[in-house]
Amino acid sequence: MAPVATPFFFYLFAAMMVIGGILVITRKNAVHSALALIVALLAQASLYLMLYAPFVAGVQIILYAGGIMVLFLFVIMLVSIERSMKERQFNSQWVVGTIAAVALGGLFIAVYAKGKNTFPEHALSVVEDTNTQEVAKLLYGQYMFAFEIASLLLLVAIIGAVVMAKKRI
Amino acid sequence: MESMLHITTLHYLVLGAALFLLGVIGVLTRRNVVIVLMSIELILNAVNLNLVAFSRMWGGLHGQVFAIFVITDAAAEAAVGLGILIAFFRNKETVNIDEVNLLKW
Repeated sequence: MAPVATPFFFYLFAAMMVIGGILVITRKNAVHSALALIVALLAQASLYLMLYAPFVAGVQIILYAGGIMVLFLFVIMLVSIERSMKERQFNSQWVVGTIAAVALGGLFIAVYAKGKNTFPEHALSVVEDTNTQEVAKLLYGQYMFAFEIASLLLLVAIIGAVVMAKKRI
Repeated sequence: MESMLHITTLHYLVLGAALFLLGVIGVLTRRNVVIVLMSIELILNAVNLNLVAFSRMWGGLHGQVFAIFVITDAAAEAAVGLGILIAFFRNKETVNIDEVNLLKW
């Protein structure tokens, strides 16, 4: 099914993502930042759907907005944030940091303005109804080795997280 | 106006760049470690958006598979990072990143 009113929804979700991102980096309370980040992640899942990537959209909601953000909220509850809320929120080099980031943004704009004609005018057609099957074929076929290494990485991350967070092994 | 209403790959790339910059600003300027980690998540999401947009542009699925690997990476990074954060908080009783200066020369 072709998406309807694509420009309207693109700008709606883009605005949600940008506003969510701004709230993430400006809020004093870390819980508010986490909730803003969840809004941005859900808007991004919607953009994945508009890009004909339903499987990635589902993974985004389940793993990111569901799993990783719950982990963040748990840790925010474990560490006391009352003291850090009374402190200064931005460090002393924030002016230099912001200028460096804006310079990087200027570089992005220059590159995109110069290279935008190299992109094809219309996107190629994609298979939509078998997206998950095709992704699975690639994951378990061509990218099988990378898939196995990813599972090993997750194992190492589990052990690492337990070793770091535990008081006494 | 025509280019505003016809959504192309470039629109997604500009949005990804904006999110990337917000994440970079968060990493460089905030003092709260939790929010620095969240800014890193913003950066990874900006990369994911670019990958999926390029995947749409070329009609293949390799970009989407790569985005899934990036999400796996983000999960591992968040788990280890938050574990380190808990250990740090237990030792220093703070989440202020400026206090992490033991390796400072």
